[in-house]
Order: sequence, then C-alpha cells, then structure tokens
Amino acid sequence: MFEYAPAPESQALVNFKDSYGHFIDGKFLKPGKTYQTINPANEKVLADITYGTEKDVDLAVKAARHAYEKVWSKLPGAERGKYLYRIARIIQERARELAVAETLNNGKPIKETRDVDIPLVAAWFFYYAGWADKLDYAGLGPNPQALGVAAQVIPWNFPLMMLAWKIAPALAAGNTVVLKPAETTPLTALLFAEICQQAELPDGVVNIVTGFGDTGAALVGHKDVNKVAFTGSTEVGRIIARQVAGTNKKVTLELGGKAANIVFDDAPLDQAVEGIINGIFFNQGHVCCAGSRLLVQESIQDELLKKLQRRMESLRLGDPMDKNTDIGAINSKAQLKKIEALVKQGEKEGAERWSPACVIPKNGFYFAPTLMLGVSPANTVAREEIFGPVLSVMTFRTPQEAVTKANNTEFGLSAGIWTEKGSRILKLADQLNAGVVWANTFNQFDPTSPFGGFKESGYGREGGKQGLAAYLKGGY
Amino acid sequence: MRLDIRKTYKLFIGGKFPRSESGRVYPVADSKGEFLANVAMASRKDARDAVVAARAAQSGWAGATAYNRGQVLYRIAEMLEGRREQFVAEIRALTGKSDRQANQEVDAAIDSWVWHAGWTDKIDAVAGNMNPVAGPFFNISTLQATGVVAAFAPQDSALLGLVNTIAPAIVSGNAIVVVSSGSLPLPAITLTEVLATSDLPGGVVNVLTGKEAEIAPWLASHQDVNAIDLEGTSNFVELEIQAAQNLKRVIRKGDFARLGSKGSLNHITNLMEVKTVWHPKGH
Repeated sequence: MFEYAPAPESQALVNFKDSYGHFIDGKFLKPGKTYQTINPANEKVLADITYGTEKDVDLAVKAARHAYEKVWSKLPGAERGKYLYRIARIIQERARELAVAETLNNGKPIKETRDVDIPLVAAWFFYYAGWADKLDYAGLGPNPQALGVAAQVIPWNFPLMMLAWKIAPALAAGNTVVLKPAETTPLTALLFAEICQQAELPDGVVNIVTGFGDTGAALVGHKDVNKVAFTGSTEVGRIIARQVAGTNKKVTLELGGKAANIVFDDAPLDQAVEGIINGIFFNQGHVCCAGSRLLVQESIQDELLKKLQRRMESLRLGDPMDKNTDIGAINSKAQLKKIEALVKQGEKEGAERWSPACVIPKNGFYFAPTLMLGVSPANTVAREEIFGPVLSVMTFRTPQEAVTKANNTEFGLSAGIWTEKGSRILKLADQLNAGVVWANTFNQFDPTSPFGGFKESGYGREGGKQGLAAYLKGGY
Repeated sequence: MRLDIRKTYKLFIGGKFPRSESGRVYPVADSKGEFLANVAMASRKDARDAVVAARAAQSGWAGATAYNRGQVLYRIAEMLEGRREQFVAEIRALTGKSDRQANQEVDAAIDSWVWHAGWTDKIDAVAGNMNPVAGPFFNISTLQATGVVAAFAPQDSALLGLVNTIAPAIVSGNAIVVVSSGSLPLPAITLTEVLATSDLPGGVVNVLTGKEAEIAPWLASHQDVNAIDLEGTSNFVELEIQAAQNLKRVIRKGDFARLGSKGSLNHITNLMEVKTVWHPKGH
C-alpha cells in the first residue's frame, strides 16, 4: 500500500460562534438552555447549541405562518425562484467553508463533503429554483397551491444535504418552513440560516429550531403545521405516523433500509468491487440506502471476496479533515455503541467477522470497515439496519433466489444489481421492491431523480417532480 | 305455481364464494325496513384469509401487461352493463331510489370502470419520467402498484362508492380486500359475480360483508397489508394509528370523491410506488 503524507484541509476556513440560539423570523435569538455539539473525530467541543422547547417551536411556527400569509404566498413564483437561485449561488461561493463545517461536525471525510454533499446541496436549490414559476407543469392541474407551513426534521448523516432536500422543494412550492436539524449536527443548518440572511430571504420563510427528539416531536405535533417531512429511523417514522393520525397533515417519511447489492457471475468484478465499497463504506455506512447486504452468486463468491478484501485493505481510516481519508469518524458515541452491539450479536448468531488491519485513532469515534461472512438470512445483521461500515455477505444461485432474498426484508429503499446482461437488469428492476434501483452503479443522487422507499422505508419521494408534488395540494 | 329461487349472499375470497368461516349471517333490510336477505358476516379469520388470497394474486396481476389489465377492467364494465337490471333492482330495494336514479348510479359505475380501464397503460406516460441527471447515467422513474390494499367502501353508497374504491386500487396491479357498505351490501355481492366472470384473476378483488367496525382493526394492524383506504370507517383515527405499525400508505376519509363517473389519477398514484432505476452510459 502506498504511504501518503498528511494532507489536512484547513480548519480556519470556518468560524463557529461560541454559542447559537434558534433562527426565527429572520433573526438569531439569544441562546437558551444549551448543550454542546462536538467534533466526533476528536471529541472537541465546537459550540453550545440551544435545546429547543415547545415554546420555541411555537414561536417558530408562528413566524412561519405569518411569513406564509403575509409575504411568501403572495410572491410570484418567479420571485420565489430568484431567492432560491441566490441561495444556490451563495452555497457555491461558500462551498469550501460549508464542506469543512460539515466534516467538523459530522465526522465524514472532507473529500465527501467537498465532492458530494455540498455540490448536491447547491444543485438541489438550483433545480427547485427553476420549478417555482412552473408549478402549472407539475402534473397537478393548473395553479396548484402550497400547503402552508412545513415541519421538517432531518438526520445527522447528511446534515446540510438533507436540509436542502427538505427546504428547496418546500420553498419552491410556496410553503414556509420550520426545520429541526439533528441534535449532533446542527452547525451547517445554522450557517444556512446566515445564508438566508445574506440572500435577504424574507423573515420567517425559513426558521431553524435546534434541539433533541422532544423538540422535533413538538414541531411535528404542532397544531398549525400543514406538512410533516421526516428523514430518520423507521422507529421514529412510526411514532410520527401515529402522531399525525386523524389530522390533515400531509406526510413524507424517508426511513431506514437494508439494501441488497446483488452481484451475478457475469458482472465486471472490479467495477462491482468499487460499487460494493461505495455502497457500504461511503459516509461510514451512515446511509439509509447503503448496500448493506451483499448477495453474491455462489460460483464467484471466493473470487469476489478475495478482491473485496484486498480493496478493503487499501481503505484509509482516520482524520476526516485529511483529503486522503476514505473512512472518517462515526457520528456519535451512541451510534458507535449500537454498531458494536449489532456486530457482536451477528457473531453470536454464527457470522464470521473480518476487518483489514487498521489503526483506530485514540480519540474520537471510529469503527473499522467490516465484513460479516456466512450470514444466514435470519441473522440480526441480515435483517436490521446497522447504519455503519458493516457489510453482511450472503450467496444465491438463481436470479429468482436473488430476488426473493433481496425482497425478504421489511425495508424497501434501494437495491443494486451487477451484471452485464441487460435483460436481466430490467427484469430484476421490475421485481425488486425498492424505490431506487442502481444497476452497475450505486449511491448516485441527483435533484432531478426521485428518491424514497417502499414498505417500511417510508412513503413519498424527494427529488424530481414527485418531490415537488409532496409540497403541493393534490400531490402525492 | 312455482316458488322462486332466492340467492344466498356469500363472501368473495380468492375467486371463490365461501360463507363466513364463523357461520354468521346478518339480516339486511330494504329502504322500508322490511327483511330483504341474510348476508354473510365476515370474521377476522375471513379478513386474514382474504389478505392471503390477495397477496397470492398480486404479483401475477401486477405482472400482467397493462393492455391486458385494461381489457379485464373494460370487460368488468361489459359484464356490469349486462346485469344492469339486477343492480337497479337491488339499489332500488335497498335505498328507495327511483328507477331513473338507480339507473344513473349504474351508468356512473359502468363509466367509471371504463375510465379506469383506459388508465392502465397511461399512468407512466403521465406520472413517470426520464430524469436528466448531471452525469453519464440513464435514469427513469416508473410507477408500480404498492401491493395489497385493504379498503372500506363508503357506507352510504350501494354500488358506485364501492366501484370507485376498487377500481383505483386494482387498475395499477394492486390486489384489494374491500369491506362493503354494511347496510347496503347486496350490489357488492352481485358485483363479485360480475368480477368472477370478467377474466379477473381470483384473489385480485376480495369482498367482505359484515361490520366494518369489527373487521377494520384486523386489517389496519395486518402486517402483510401495504396500504389502507379508510373511507368507509368510523373509528378512523385509531385505525390510522394501527396502520402506522408497518407504515401502511393511508388514504384518509374524504381524501377522494367516490360518487363520480370518473376517478382521479391522484387516487390511483396514491396506491403506487415510484421506482427509479439508474444505469451508467458507456461503451
């Protein structure tokens, strides 16, 4: 393996304040009761963050309602679009700073925030900006109407990207929003609040309330919100689905996954190995659509695993700010413990654990890239979402068996197919119960392309025309 | 003198006409309150059997070509037209509607089947799309049926509300377990005789008669049901809470009109899943 000299990105590119209050009605409030947000790569404190209360949520919803009634719903779509274009441009201008901020607060490698997260954030705003004055073409009849105030609760795995997926279509469709970032990753959302100020977005159109699960529950349960959009665990998704029962709130849920990445004996194996690596180790496996179950055709299992293990030995785990790092930090101690517990459980149930030799940094939260071999379909690591760099390996003989095994899950978010045979791809794509099917590729995202799951992976789509309809009356 | 032959009103599960496994029936009265017929009172076991039948039929129905599904739905309209007199008589007896009003309801029901029949091969043209992603990829979004739908037809409509509950679900390839109006069930049972003679595969539509409030919790909490249509339910808040257990897609009471001679595409797509497929472009 080649040795690389350290190539750290500069932390000085970002200046966090010591403490942050909520961003409500265009202004940052004074911090209330706070908690600390840290850098999971070294456990150093980055800032004090306000723990939002029911009262804070109410204030934010009132500001959003006021902005909706008085300003945003009266603005022509073309003008709304211009604000979104402005925001997209400022994100591009401040891209390097945002990438550093995201890596510091999330722990993911700088090469990912720089090359994937932040470019997609800008693209999402740019794409939906163009929809704002074209709602008549969304397929919902002439002059479709916004819903009103959207309550949006997002996870920690792609903090700013998830914000963009939520806020861009909501604003384009004419809604105003109150967004709660995840408790461990609030900082880029607060930088985004600054960007709203720089773009001179009317006060109250975007409101950011920070806090924990109860803050989010207060937001989702607020009587005056018309739309709930949540990305996170299936467990919390169920709670939200119960919470909105009997209301008129429209709901989009992007929940967990346990995607099968299916490799046939005729697949281009080197490409497939890259796809498998990207599928499970991208973002430390903190990806709801991660290809966490490898289904390999029995005849090529040995050859593929040999290549996969060799490739895993070349993965660099360590400082996320280093431009050569492939695998950064696990986002929190709690998540690290959860991964460790699930892997141990998998071993207890008969799977064999393998990781390459790998130095784990002393401080911070890290987990070595891991294969679970000889996994039975009933094994916990074959059924439950681990949300970490852990790949469960299983085999199949026939395409029908591959489909049956791939669909044998409560989830249905994504799936991967690796084969050179076009007709097989198309047949499998029909049969797989997954909202996104990647054939001879994996983990691709684009604002024009709808994303979301079947079954217990949630409902509704984000991205594309479908993602816009989720914020309009008469949309699905 | 000759005694006329009365019909035994049974359930419709998996293409067959069983009695309720519970052996129960309940009397149905006409619009003047006089006894009209005994009708099967479905139990939770019947509901579960119906879900099993629906699941078994669903992939085959979804896998049929859209053209084929369209022809089957059109065939239902043909069969319904042929039995018009029977439906008119049952609607009149149950509701007290005039001959003209009852005929109008049957007209609308037939027209709605025809309207839905034409959608099978057009949903993707209107609601699906190619996506111009920023990279060398072929990317397409299509819609497919969500799976097994449990539905409760409106209580105050004998035929049309039921048709506008079944058709939007099965047009795309879903299978359905539908509970008919409790007090106006006779046209529902006659409709099953139409469905059974329309080349619709057994199990695609399963019709239960009985007490909505008794059957609903078992379907709302059933783990092998993908979506639930709460239109004809009374305890809809509690049912939506139960449906959250496996994150069923929920159609709330009042979300869609049921008494027209047309449905809505939005109703159809609410019981479908958008699937997006990516493939690299290259040599």
